[in-house]
Parts: sequence; C-alpha cells; structure tokens
Amino acid sequence: MNQSVEPSYALVLKKDCPTCALIEPVIAELVKAMAGALTVYVQDDPSFPAAVANPIDDRSLEFSYKNNIEFVPTLINLTADSEARIYGWDKQQWREFTGLSALGEGLVDFKPGCGSKTQDPGMDEVLALRFDSGILQARQVELAESEDVMEACYERGWTDGLPVVPPTPIRVIRMLSGSDRSPSEIIGNVPPDYRPCSIEKIAINAVMAGAKPEYFPAIIAAAEAALLDKFCMHGLLCTTYFSSPVVIINGPASRQIGMNSGVNALGQGNRANATIGRSLQLLIRNVGGGVPGGIDRATMGNPGKYTYCFAEDESDADWPTLAMDRGFDRDQSVVSLFAGDGLTPILDQQSRTAESLAKSMAASLRGVAHVKLFGIADAILIVCPEHRRLLKDSGWSKADLKAALFDELMTSGHEIVRGASDMAEGMPEKFKDKLLNKFRDDGLHIVSTGGTAGMFSAIIGGWVASGERGSQLVSKRFSTSGDENE
Amino acid sequence: MSDMTLLDPTAELKPVERQLLPRLLSLSGATVGLLDISKPRGKEFLDEVERQLTELGATIKRYSKPTFARVAPKELTQRISIECDAVIEGLAD
Repeated sequence: MNQSVEPSYALVLKKDCPTCALIEPVIAELVKAMAGALTVYVQDDPSFPAAVANPIDDRSLEFSYKNNIEFVPTLINLTADSEARIYGWDKQQWREFTGLSALGEGLVDFKPGCGSKTQDPGMDEVLALRFDSGILQARQVELAESEDVMEACYERGWTDGLPVVPPTPIRVIRMLSGSDRSPSEIIGNVPPDYRPCSIEKIAINAVMAGAKPEYFPAIIAAAEAALLDKFCMHGLLCTTYFSSPVVIINGPASRQIGMNSGVNALGQGNRANATIGRSLQLLIRNVGGGVPGGIDRATMGNPGKYTYCFAEDESDADWPTLAMDRGFDRDQSVVSLFAGDGLTPILDQQSRTAESLAKSMAASLRGVAHVKLFGIADAILIVCPEHRRLLKDSGWSKADLKAALFDELMTSGHEIVRGASDMAEGMPEKFKDKLLNKFRDDGLHIVSTGGTAGMFSAIIGGWVASGERGSQLVSKRFSTSGDENE
Repeated sequence: MSDMTLLDPTAELKPVERQLLPRLLSLSGATVGLLDISKPRGKEFLDEVERQLTELGATIKRYSKPTFARVAPKELTQRISIECDAVIEGLAD
C-alpha cells in the first residue's frame, strides 16, 4: 500500500463559534480539494457544517480531549512528523498550511477562534474521568438505589460523626487537580494498620472533609508530616491521653487559600482551617484504621480530634514565625504538626510591661499536664496580637520572651516532687535536689495568632510523651501552584 | 459510572459489602435478649431457647413487641441495645 504520502487533516469545529461559522465557505473548499483526506469533528452539533456530508460527532469530546484541542477551529496536519496545527482563522496561515493558495478568497484576513468545549469550566475533570481510566485506582463502592448517599458513608464507618462530602470520582479528580503529584504515588504507611497511603487516598479523604483542591498541597504535607518518625503518630493515636495532631500553617500559602489567622482563628467558620485539619483526622481513621474504642484509646479525647488547624498571623515582620523558628524562611509555606490537646487561656489585661506578662505566661504554663510534672509534656504558647504588641512596645523580641519564660520556669525539685504541697502527684524523689525546667530543651514553641482585640493568649498543652521517647513537633515545607519554584 | 458510585476512602482491608457487627466469641457471661414478636406459641419456643442458652452460660432477658404487625418501637430497640450483648428475635409461628 501507498504509505500516506498524501497529507491527512483533522478539523475541529463548534457550531456555536462565530469563526467556525465564518469559515463555512473555506470548509466547502477544503472538502472539494481534499475529499477523503479531511476529517471534520464537531463538538456541539453534527448537522454542522452543511458542506460536510459526514462530520464526526465529537459531542463526547473524546477526540478533542485526547488531542488537547484548546480552540476552535483547529486544523491539524495528521501526517506531519511533528505536531502541526493552526487555530482560529488567519487566511495567509491557512493557505500556507494547506497549500491551497486561493483559500478563503473574499473572507476577512483574520478572526480569532473560540475556546474549545474541552475548556469549559469543570470539563477537564469530567473528561479525565471519562477517558483516562488509569487515574483512579481506589476501589469503587456502588450504592444501591435505595441507599441515601450520606447515610451510606456513615454506615460504612467512614465518618468522624459529622456528615462527609460523598467521595464521588469526579470530586476526587477535582481534588487531585490541586496538586501535581501522581495519584498513585505512595507517601508512606499510615498507622495504626500501616497501610500504604496514596495521593489518591489522601484526596478521597480530603473530599470527604470538605476541602477545596487548592488546599490539597497543604493536606498532603500534613499527611507526610504525620508519618515522620519523629511525630510518632502511632503512639499518639493509641494513647489514653487527650492529644491529637494540631496543624499549624505558615507562609504565603496560608493567605493564598484564605486561612484564618485573625478573629476566632482557632474556632469554627473558616473552610480551610476546618477542612485541612479534618482531612488528616479522616485519613488516619480511614486509611490507618485508627478508630476510637479500637486502637484510639483516649480517656476523653478532645474536640480538636475533629479538626485542629490554624494559621499564624504573620503581619508583623519583626516577629519570627513558628516556621522560621524551625529553620524555614518567611516566604516558604510550611505545615507543622504538634501533638497537643485543648486550649488553656492566659488572661492578662493588667500587665503593662513585658516582664509582668512573661511572669503571667510562665505561671499559666506551669499548669500543662500538672503543675508538679516537669519535662514530660511540650507546649505551644499562642501569643495574641495585643500581647505581641505589648512585648514589642517593651522592646522585647520573641527570643527575649522565650529566655524570660525559661528563667521563670526553673524550679527547685523539692517543690515539685511527689508529696510536696500535700499532693501525691509530682516528680520522682530523685529530682529533689535538682533544678528543673518545666519544659525540655525545644519543648516550648511560640506562635502568634488571633484577633486584634483581647489580651487573651493561650496554651496548647502537649502529649505527656513529648520528646524523643514520644512525639516532637515536625514541619514540612510544601509548594502550591501559586509558587514559582519549590 | 452512576452518581451512586463512591471511591473507598479506606485501606480496603474489608469487603465492600456492609459488614455484620462483630459476633460474640462466647455466650459465657453474655446477656442475650429474646424478643418475642407476639405471634402464637412464641413464648413456648423462646422458653426452650432460654433454657439452652442458660446452660451455655448466658444471662437471658425477655422482651416482647406490642404487635407482630409493626416494627418494634424505638424505645424497645434502644432498651435492648443498652441491656444486651446480642438479641434473638422469634420470627414467626
């Protein structure tokens, strides 16, 4: 057979496009000149164009999707060695491309085309689902007609007690579009069952948590951080203590995705704060198998086990962020995880000097876990903006505050050993003659967030197995599509 | 793919079908409810079930539905779920 020395062309059209309508006479000329060498695809109405007897109905958009059609009309030379295509109407260009020197006589020289239907909002994910069968690997669960989809999620044990967004394939594909990571990539094994966790499984749980695709890079980073050995997620999950992952986000991503670091930053109401934290919790439940009453043996737990996530207020350039304390730059987006419990307020409306405020904070910090237990639980001190301003007005840096707290929290062992102050609980007798600090080295972290009114700072107490024998604060950098480079 | 297809968020260790609740490993020390749905001769049948289960070490609690024609009242199912580890329902005459 003659091996296609004759050129072969594909023309993609949309009746709804004025430029496609304009070039109907050109199409008639092409049909006449090329005959069988031209195949016409129509995205919206196969009765168009009149000059083509049998256009191919591409209302499914299969050809357009698989050939990355972005505009109509697009004319492709299928026999060219390399990608050769033109789009819109440019008389001179079409004449050169087809070798028909009189093509389009009488038409305007130039008219831009329209967007291909494959570019309609939300269409990319629909088409990916329709034609890229390899994207989704997770088992598909077909519900019976009689099943209520929300109830079905409950009945299968997939929820934390609150309703979840049903993880339909299209929603999961949309979530995956928030990251460049391959859906099949395994980030590690999730405790307690230590099952492999793919990017796709993270996406499914992120959908269920109610997250948007733009949050997905932060959610992946939170999951990766949770799997770091230093974080000790398995032990944290099993403990009878209150603790659970607290997610803190620093850097430009927190603002790009609209996280709350102001009024009510640790409360309800912000979708990103709420769903990033919840995504991690659902992932641990569903992929890891960490279910309360099963491996999760918490005596009481804490409400943060639904979700516990906030961003730092980074509006003061003189205040080093938590991420900066961990060695990152201000312009990097970082997620940090801390094994923490609920929130303990530090009300101080009377201090007018940094010295006084530091004493208040230190006194409150003594209460972490128990006033007589030292060095076993880390803590995060959350400095509210008004207290931060007071420190600044006093000429104190964050490092000054940290140093003052360290000094204030040094305590003679005899005050806190078991039995001291008529309390049986306390440090073992062997510490009686030692000088102890409330927190181990690197055991007190300071972060700032919250609304600008209210002299209310707060403490997130840590797990009583903090440090190398248990959990340490971990941080993981991530990039978003808004970043130029990793 | 229908609207009623979901992607499994779990590690896929269990079959996709909804699972039965965990079965009792032993009757010894367990409290078993016997629910008489109020059909004729249900009592005689459940008396014999009670006798045999008691021999196996179970503690028996007896319940009955007001009428076999309707589902058990919510208060009754809640009471059984609080008081019993398992329940046997006498279905028909």
